[in-house]
Amino acid sequence: MGDQNNYIIDIEHLSKSFGDNQVLKDISLYIRKGEFVTLLGPSGCGKTTLLRMIAGFLQPDEGTIMMEWDSKGGKTEFRDVAGIPPHQRPLNTVFQRYALFPHLDVYDNIAFGLKLHGVPKDEIDTRVRKVLKLVSMSDYEDRDVESLSGGQQQRVAIARAIVNRPKVLLLDEPLAALDLKMRQDMQLELKEMHQKLGITFIYVTHDQSEALTLSDTVVVMNEGKIQQIGTPTDIYNEPVNSFVADFIGESNILNGTMVHDRKVNFIGHDFECVDEGFGENNPVDVVIRPEDVYLGYELEGAQFSGTVKSCVFKGVHYEMYVDTDSGNELQIQDYDAFEPGRTVQMLIHPDDIQVMKKERVENVIDCKVIDETHIEMFGEEFECKPIHSTGSGSVESGTQAKAHIQFSKVDLMDHEEEGNESGEVWFILYKGNHYHLTVKTESGEYVYVDTNDIWDKGDLVGIKILPEDITVETADEQEK
Amino acid sequence: MKKLFAQAYIWVLLVLLYAPIVFIAIFSFTEARTLGNWTGFSIELYKHIFSGGVNGGASLMAAIKNTLVIALVAATFSTLLGTVSAIGIYNLKGRKKKTIQFLNNIPMINPDVITGVSLFLLFVFLHFSQGYLTVILAHISFCTPYVVLSVMPKLGQMNPNIYEAALDLGATPSQALRKVLIPQLRPGMLSGFILAFTMSLDDFAVTFFTRGTIGLETLSTYIYADARKGGLTPELRPLMTLIFTIILILLVIMNVRQAKTNKK
Repeated sequence: MGDQNNYIIDIEHLSKSFGDNQVLKDISLYIRKGEFVTLLGPSGCGKTTLLRMIAGFLQPDEGTIMMEWDSKGGKTEFRDVAGIPPHQRPLNTVFQRYALFPHLDVYDNIAFGLKLHGVPKDEIDTRVRKVLKLVSMSDYEDRDVESLSGGQQQRVAIARAIVNRPKVLLLDEPLAALDLKMRQDMQLELKEMHQKLGITFIYVTHDQSEALTLSDTVVVMNEGKIQQIGTPTDIYNEPVNSFVADFIGESNILNGTMVHDRKVNFIGHDFECVDEGFGENNPVDVVIRPEDVYLGYELEGAQFSGTVKSCVFKGVHYEMYVDTDSGNELQIQDYDAFEPGRTVQMLIHPDDIQVMKKERVENVIDCKVIDETHIEMFGEEFECKPIHSTGSGSVESGTQAKAHIQFSKVDLMDHEEEGNESGEVWFILYKGNHYHLTVKTESGEYVYVDTNDIWDKGDLVGIKILPEDITVETADEQEK
Repeated sequence: MKKLFAQAYIWVLLVLLYAPIVFIAIFSFTEARTLGNWTGFSIELYKHIFSGGVNGGASLMAAIKNTLVIALVAATFSTLLGTVSAIGIYNLKGRKKKTIQFLNNIPMINPDVITGVSLFLLFVFLHFSQGYLTVILAHISFCTPYVVLSVMPKLGQMNPNIYEAALDLGATPSQALRKVLIPQLRPGMLSGFILAFTMSLDDFAVTFFTRGTIGLETLSTYIYADARKGGLTPELRPLMTLIFTIILILLVIMNVRQAKTNKK
């Protein structure tokens, strides 16, 4: 915290729910002066909600947002902005789909904020001209905003925000509505603008390549929680969990076992690595980037071999899928093409192996005991293995308990009615030889499933669990 | 042949629709006391209106004045009320929104006589002395849903972020309403106003039941009373022709404006 003088925004333990749906869970984050920070995550991860709370359009349920603030006496302080309405905050926003005022021309759109603040007319004039030049729209002053192209409207929206000289500029997926070429040009311009202006940018996007290109710091979010904060290089090279690894760039995510420090076993082989502190013989997730597997028909120092399944040219490199000798599938990128059907030898360098702690090894689900062989879980009745009544007495109905179910013991059914409970496929992770699915049940809980079947995100499924696969642990057992 | 039939059909329909109005318009240019007799072309009746030389001219003029005042006041208030309600309804979510929109539509389908009688009973129950004020209140109540209905689509077309954009740029909520929201909604408000104005102008049933016994006459109640007193006063023919012409012109202006904004 010694570095706090350098902060412009400090967010502590922020939570927000809409009805029963908790969209942000205990978010803590600080933003340094002049930084380009990106909030990155899939839709529904809470990134826009967080941005809207910083802007003041939403109030947090819990937690605080502190912000650098110029008080009237000309002093700069750091204050809690709870309850301060958006129009008093020293920030400006560039909205998704621009949100320009259609009844005003380009000049009046940009001058809107300055006029409200009572800036003298000739100063408005110079400042508007200056930002128009900055966004290369000098000749468009008198144009009707609706006659402009998407890219031009976006420039006006940026100009309208920065003309007020905010301390922080908030950008909510500003490039999402533009086509690819335009988007790439605008990315470079935004980066340049950030350097020229020297103000702090907070940028929201679901596009990982955009985040990596633009940011000093990337905040990866999922399901209302921050997954990882770091520089683009850190996030790419050292993802902390399988979600980040899968979301940022392409990757092979595999089940592994940490043999001991600096040695990890996956795809049936032991590999040297650089990771320590995961204990001995503990299950871990291993991430291998497709460009980090070295391939050759004859390769010196090869660690394992496999058969090329497919090979596709992708412009700069070839993308191949290789079946390894242990029956895993690896995605590999190489500048050379290897023929499908041929046997190849492969090698992975120790520092290209990223070992991550497993977030979970089995499903642990809160439930309620009904009788010795039945529990209530996801609001439904399930039959389970006979519950051991431990020492103190019988298994009482209504006792809180936890049900343990292995990932591979959860069956998914095509038809929702076939299962004991229904759900929606929420997230899919390919693990080399099987899929690891996250299924959201109708009751809003998550069940994790290992399967060889192919499902699509958003599929509605029945969830079936056999009684002998549900092990129930009652509360007093946990206390021991 | 088929095309000829289609053409003929539309013309027959139009003639049937407009014949009564054309009929009144033609006979406004003759002096005959009974409607249907042609005693030669004359613009005397028009002159009578403007010089006030009508039988019981003062009470006719008072009725016209009342009608216009009531229509203007009612239309103005229902435009304000309707616009605010529309913004409120627009910001509701899901089921609540649907329910309120449905409730807004009921008064429009409800027969005027029923609206009139129920308002009459309400005013009596509340011991409201009936007169100018009750008529205006009644008109506001049945005009407002029409304004809501004409403002809602404008809200739907609007970028939902522009109100927030105004706040973000330093506008207080009331500044954002005045400088950004209202200019966006203005066309909808204007057509809502015109709609409310014409609804109020030609209302008979509601006015009849809520005007009380102080002898308040609007144009519609005046004509009704006049017609019952032994034939329509001849001067009402040019008057109706004039009103129709004014409404027609307003309608044309509205459509031209609409076409212009659509082109943009």
